[in-house]
Amino acid sequence: MIKQVYDVVVIGSGPGGVAAGIAAKKAGAEDVLILERDVEPGGILLQCIHNGFGMENLGEDLPGPSYAQRYIIEAQGLGIVFLLETMVLDITHQRKIIATNKYAGIIEIQARAIVLGMGCRERTRAQIRLPGSRPAGVYTAGTAQRWVNIEGYMPGNNIVILGSGDIGMIMARRLTFEGAHVERVLEIMPFLSGLSRNYVQCLLDYDIPLQLQHTVKRIIGNDRIEAVETTRVDDRFNPIAGTEEIIPCDTLLLSVGLIPENELSRKAGVAIDPNIGGPYVDDDYQTSVPGIFAAGNVVHVYDLADWVTQAGFRAGENAAFFAIKTRNRELRSIPTTAGKNVRYVIPQQINKDNLAEKDVSLQLRVRQPIEAPSRILVKCGDEVITSKAEMYARPGEMISIDLKPKHYDVINSACAITVDVVERE
Amino acid sequence: MKTFDFIIIGGGVIGCTIARSLSRYKLSILLVEKESDIGMVTSSANSALVHAGYDAVAGSLKAKMNVAASPMWDTFAGELNIPFRRCGDFVVAVDEKEVQKLEELLTRGKKNGVPGLKIVTGDELKAKEPLVNPNATAALWAPTGGICDPFAATLAAGENAVMNGVQIALNTTFESFITENGRIIGVHTNRGDFSGRWVVNAAGLQSDAVMHKAGVRPEFKITPRRGEYFIVDREEMKINSVLFPVPSDVSKGILVTATMHENTLIGPNAQNIDDKEDKSITAKGMDEIWNGAKKLVPSVNQRSIIASYAGLRAGGNAPCADSSVDYTGDFVIEIPETVMGLVNLGGIESPGLSAAPAIGQYVVELLKDHGEQLIEKADYQPIRPARPRFRHMSMDERKEMIQRDARYGRVICRCEMVTEGEIVAEIHSPIPATTYDAIKRRTWLGTGRCQGGFDMPLVVEILARELGKSPLEITKKGEGSEYLYRKTKTVEGQPA
Amino acid sequence: MSQLEEIELICVTCPKGCKLDIIREGDTFVKITAGCKRGKEYARQELTDPRRMVATTVKVNNGLHPLVPVYTASAFPKPKIYELLSILRELQLDAPIHINQVVLADALGTGIDVIASRDLPASSAI
Repeated sequence: MIKQVYDVVVIGSGPGGVAAGIAAKKAGAEDVLILERDVEPGGILLQCIHNGFGMENLGEDLPGPSYAQRYIIEAQGLGIVFLLETMVLDITHQRKIIATNKYAGIIEIQARAIVLGMGCRERTRAQIRLPGSRPAGVYTAGTAQRWVNIEGYMPGNNIVILGSGDIGMIMARRLTFEGAHVERVLEIMPFLSGLSRNYVQCLLDYDIPLQLQHTVKRIIGNDRIEAVETTRVDDRFNPIAGTEEIIPCDTLLLSVGLIPENELSRKAGVAIDPNIGGPYVDDDYQTSVPGIFAAGNVVHVYDLADWVTQAGFRAGENAAFFAIKTRNRELRSIPTTAGKNVRYVIPQQINKDNLAEKDVSLQLRVRQPIEAPSRILVKCGDEVITSKAEMYARPGEMISIDLKPKHYDVINSACAITVDVVERE
Repeated sequence: MKTFDFIIIGGGVIGCTIARSLSRYKLSILLVEKESDIGMVTSSANSALVHAGYDAVAGSLKAKMNVAASPMWDTFAGELNIPFRRCGDFVVAVDEKEVQKLEELLTRGKKNGVPGLKIVTGDELKAKEPLVNPNATAALWAPTGGICDPFAATLAAGENAVMNGVQIALNTTFESFITENGRIIGVHTNRGDFSGRWVVNAAGLQSDAVMHKAGVRPEFKITPRRGEYFIVDREEMKINSVLFPVPSDVSKGILVTATMHENTLIGPNAQNIDDKEDKSITAKGMDEIWNGAKKLVPSVNQRSIIASYAGLRAGGNAPCADSSVDYTGDFVIEIPETVMGLVNLGGIESPGLSAAPAIGQYVVELLKDHGEQLIEKADYQPIRPARPRFRHMSMDERKEMIQRDARYGRVICRCEMVTEGEIVAEIHSPIPATTYDAIKRRTWLGTGRCQGGFDMPLVVEILARELGKSPLEITKKGEGSEYLYRKTKTVEGQPA
Repeated sequence: MSQLEEIELICVTCPKGCKLDIIREGDTFVKITAGCKRGKEYARQELTDPRRMVATTVKVNNGLHPLVPVYTASAFPKPKIYELLSILRELQLDAPIHINQVVLADALGTGIDVIASRDLPASSAI
């Protein structure tokens, strides 16, 4: 059963999100909810079946799914609730979350603190202005990874990979394992964009050629890709005439960078650093909107999931502290209400603990003028706590009355304060 | 052999609009389309504009059709429930020479009968379009110009035609005419022969080849003119109307325009090519449209581009309908004297989309003039209802929709907020979407920042389930464009 | 009478990707320059008996997904990787699968088990 209010709500159940949930719970958050759009928790780690996860945090060399499962089990053990197949549609800067799924329909949840853990998305063909036709067979490496590793389908048999990002190199090996031929990996920069170890164990080990300072000049084929025209580029990335080559292939994978995924952050009013594409954060990983934190690739793209987990811990812990403060303030506050002949009272809420130490001034206006000696009555239920005499009460003239520390005991056990203004008898 | 009164060749916006216009009458009509969906060629890759009509040469059929169609768009879009907004357009002048050119356009527009045209100052322009080039000194303002979703127009007209009894055969390629005693009585296609009293050539890029097979206008030639476009992220840039540069002699130039999907569209360039299938984008073309766009909106940022594509205009070489006017490249819309049974259209390039509603009516008038007895159906239904779009619903409407059909609660495309319910509805709609691109054109899924990276595997799965196929059979845009080659754990050439 | 041989490797032990300089005389390692102890071990191993962690998938009947990811419990001899992959390609498991469940014991007589990388519930359990 989904509650209406949570201490901490985490969006995304990748390494950052799950770690944030765990840390929040351990830091004292009463209830933590993790929202996930897929059918199971884990995020992109579930399709990263290769090893290389966990050396930093667990001292073990694990595949992505194993690494994810460790933390998911810990989270579940702590009583953290995962709401799956759920897409967040909107977040307000008052930390209200609107989400949807096919079981509960539209869901509205109030969070005392939110951790954004939406991860990142892949750069696309348009973003690198890749020329040529637009056939089937041109995919981002991550999309291909999902098809191969989760759903069990091969995007093709003769593959060219553009970009030497880690996912691209890892997919080169993975597709080779599944019987495809990877023609080559092209990199426009004069250096590798992923980790050197992936160059060794994904490309060198399987004799897959890497061409630095090379790119795709044109995609060829109308229905399904038939070939790519490649070219060498100079130091300013301009094609060098005469170096073109036509490489027949049935698939082009793009591994040309990742961008933090911040559509939702923008909706919440979170300020985004245009250089990085992720939110501005402070050392608690709090964004520009109080109570909204961000963890992992949603902030900037990390090399290692282990470091995402660590960022998640920090964001989650601070989200819990924020939530607890908010919750305490809610618990220790009582509302003020406008009673007889009163239009409004400011402040609308009083923090009881403040009253223990100092005077709290209530300010109000009346609805109707009383052109006679009047009395202001502050009441808890029927009991008058304090009162004050005035010669008149007129809407144009603000009235104030102080609550004092001596009233603390009465107010501490009350659930609301009402102010009336009446004619003196 | 199946027999019809009318066979329409081509399911672009013109073919579909003519089908709709004819479906008002007691006629049996078949529309044949060679692609896996209607509107796949020119009708889904263009500038999405409803022109006011000041640009076309006075006396041309282009001008006549455009100006006649412009006021029809409110009813056309209203009845068909398609996105259309009369946002007006500006031709932006940045120096004195260009201001002079505005006067010429104004004069031409008035001659064509375009209402409301006037020249505004740079300040008036900037008040409406704050991002416009600060050097802009004046602009021609055409309040009747507008924007639409061109594929939605094609689809809705086609669907409305189907509602009124028209049959549409997809993946059906016209091969040649069947004639008898000099009269066309039907067509041969790759999927069999169909007989018809009338055949309508609405074949767009292929219209020259089709009319040549009927022996009509042997000198007529379509030259595909490719135009490339960029789409800019809606969060990064907001244009309220349509901004044209001052046109050159060859082209209306690179424009920057609002779209019905709230993104900004920039393009097109104009490149005559030979290949009628070559919708490639080129590095040179991208630079060209980029520089063109910067002339109108200098702040446009390359990093904010989310998609690029190219479209082909079906540019013809017919002389002006008014033989006293020295102009080549007019629309052909005629019932030729030399062959009976053919309604012949060709060269319907820009402003073809704008003119579509008028062209449909014009074809009806031509037929009446040729003695065709057109009897109105009592049960003709001009209203084509829109299907629900999660993206445009209020929260209450969403709640209600999901209660009725839970699949509307599952978001498949996050950027454009498209749900499983909408995808399934399109797959089972009157003109069924059976490919990824067909769903994309109908729902706008996969057109946002991630360009389908997330939704593609999910859509392939849904298509396979709904069509009772294997994911291996699901295509991007028809046979030959399969997404996937084989299952893993199999070796090429061996079964699973 | 073997000669001194200078070899350069890139270490794959951690993401740093250090360059390793090795001087070898026949079977004897004269000098290994590495960033850390693990790097030295890797160099020695790589030049005598190269091994890699192998990760792939195996078919599953009646699972939440049609495949379960698996991996070698420790680094596996490089020359035998393709042979291992073809054995795993033929394998079929039944859901549910549990994490660390042995999928193939003592693969190719190496003493190394291939184990499941995750739990995979049966499809009916959803």
